[in-house]
Amino acid sequence: MDSPTDSVESKSQASTKSIALYVTCLINSCRPEIAWDCVSLLESLGFRVDIPMDQSCCGQPGYNGGHDITALVQQQIACLEAFDYVVIPSGSCAGMIINHYPTLFDPHSEWARRSQELAQKTHELSDFLLKQGWAPKSKVTQTDAYEVNFSHHTSCSCRRETRSHGATEALLQRLNISLVDFEEQEVCCGFGGSFSEKFSAISQRMALNKLEQIERSGGDTVVAADLGCLLHLEACAARLNKTTTFMHLAQVLKQHGGHS
Amino acid sequence: MTDIKSNQFTHLAHRALHDQPLQTALGRAKSGFINKRLKAIKLVDDFEALKSQAQQAKQNALANLPVLLTRFEKELQAQGGQLHWAETPEQMNQLVLEICQKQNAKRVIKGKSMISEETQLNSFLEQHGLELVESDLGEYIIQLAKEPPSHIIAPAVHKTRQQVAELFEQNHALGKRDLESIPGLVKEARQVLRNQFLSADVGITGANLLVAESGSVVLVTNEGNGDLAATLPSTHIVTTSIEKVVENLEDANSILEVLGRSATGQWLSTYTSFFSGPKKNADLDGPKQFHVVVLDNGRSQLMGTEYEPMLQCIKCGACLNHCPVYSNVGGHAYGWVYPGPMGSVLTPLLQGTHQATPLPNASSFCGRCEEVCPMGIPLPNLLRRLRQQQHQKKLESISWRWGLDIYTRLCSKPDGYRKIMQWVTRFLWLIKPILPKGFLLKPSGPDTFLESWRKANRP
Repeated sequence: MDSPTDSVESKSQASTKSIALYVTCLINSCRPEIAWDCVSLLESLGFRVDIPMDQSCCGQPGYNGGHDITALVQQQIACLEAFDYVVIPSGSCAGMIINHYPTLFDPHSEWARRSQELAQKTHELSDFLLKQGWAPKSKVTQTDAYEVNFSHHTSCSCRRETRSHGATEALLQRLNISLVDFEEQEVCCGFGGSFSEKFSAISQRMALNKLEQIERSGGDTVVAADLGCLLHLEACAARLNKTTTFMHLAQVLKQHGGHS
Repeated sequence: MTDIKSNQFTHLAHRALHDQPLQTALGRAKSGFINKRLKAIKLVDDFEALKSQAQQAKQNALANLPVLLTRFEKELQAQGGQLHWAETPEQMNQLVLEICQKQNAKRVIKGKSMISEETQLNSFLEQHGLELVESDLGEYIIQLAKEPPSHIIAPAVHKTRQQVAELFEQNHALGKRDLESIPGLVKEARQVLRNQFLSADVGITGANLLVAESGSVVLVTNEGNGDLAATLPSTHIVTTSIEKVVENLEDANSILEVLGRSATGQWLSTYTSFFSGPKKNADLDGPKQFHVVVLDNGRSQLMGTEYEPMLQCIKCGACLNHCPVYSNVGGHAYGWVYPGPMGSVLTPLLQGTHQATPLPNASSFCGRCEEVCPMGIPLPNLLRRLRQQQHQKKLESISWRWGLDIYTRLCSKPDGYRKIMQWVTRFLWLIKPILPKGFLLKPSGPDTFLESWRKANRP
């Protein structure tokens, strides 16, 4: 997994391509530091990162609630389509743009074409970093260099929408992080956006199951590529006075990757 | 019509989460189903190829449904069987009752049939004086407990061994005996049921498939009870529904290839029987009369709509077994015959959206159901369509309706979005110390990323 792939671009090539970071509504308001880490990670690959100021939310809350989100989606497509790449630190929002935007329009319409073009250049962060050959500045050679035990929570959207959960693992491997395996890794943490509000008791039981599986396996730091899952698990852990910590993939890569 | 409690889902689910025996039973069942399926699939070279064969067989059948049903009727009649069409559950119950009455039947032995659950056939026949016993072990257990099934292939999966032992003790006058072990329980059920098989006038079973070219009814069981119910009594009635028909034996085989593996992790269930009409002269056994009652109950209305893929369902139960919601709350919380993801689609479609508003919403859209569905049914998408339908009919709560509407509008106005999200973030940050422990949206700083980026004066 460590060998550079065909799509790796040299730094000079990278710098000629325009790249937009789509920060997602959750990162924008709840954990802006993750977006800053994403900027550093992408800059370390030689990109000049743009933050289109007209970005808002991919529209999933409304979409999954049965609302018509056409106006929102058209506005987001217009805001992002001029870039060569759109990188999103969330499997959920990336999956929305890649898999769902193109289904929202009449297949023969202009908007269908534009949404398909956007879908093709949109990437979930870990997928993009891996394809671009991201590597830590100085490789951590000792596997016991970390004081914490990382557990990788594979978000359902990274697993089943963008199918990029393997990329997160490959990137962590480049940092020589050995992940603690736990049972039922493929099961949902219970977030699911409005689901966690509408069916809070079920949602919290699902989070509890997840936290207990992780705890039982000896994991103490949960890393995921989706902030939704992390916030949900964190809130549940806080409610139960658990000491587990939660980090977005970008934070782990930035913190241990040695890039300024 | 069947009682439906699907609108009480939240309440029922809450109760289920705190029902300790239920939680024990669900915990045990879940990993069993999942691991067995996984093992069975690994033994096949290309399960995806098997899936696409099965899907093609079913799609072909649905595309030619009226033709195939007519062909099935013709072939069945040629075999000496009789076909009855039932548009509604009431019609099906009435048809079955009339067949029983014509035979002067008193006792009915039943194999498992979800269609008969859908029409509440048991209570209907009992109200009309028939004595009816379920012969599938799980169905028998819940018949004793006077409960509906909680799973489409494992109806008593919500019961622990101890609860079953108690039920047997209360219902069988067999004196003191050992009911500690599962084999002991099975032996007792077999003993009690054997007499029922021998004395029944009518046997009723379901059907997994109807084969048009041969007029055969395919039935899949693991206990052999279906075969006893089908062959011992002098009349066999099959209760089934229109979408079970396939064109030929090859197509039936394609579906059987994925059914057992997806349902119980078996490459083939213990008994897979093809019933083709009543006993013929050279046959050693079989019923004198063979009736197939085919129910529509709104299914034909789904043809040609965006919900048609739901008719591809072969009732394997894989989506239930892999659903994190089902595995935490069990089947009864869903309030009608079909639980889990397939039930959350089927219940509103067959019973009306307003009768089951919580169900399409009770999904985190984790996508696992679609991943394991052997028939490739896009369950999350169908659930989302149902949510759209609810929204159009204004069935959701006003707070969600307006909340999501305002948010969606706001997100399509970038300047307003940036400003308002900044205010909201600042406000939440200020009141963070007094926000409850488990509050999800606690900001880590006073500014949104977009605001701090702007402040950092980067283009």
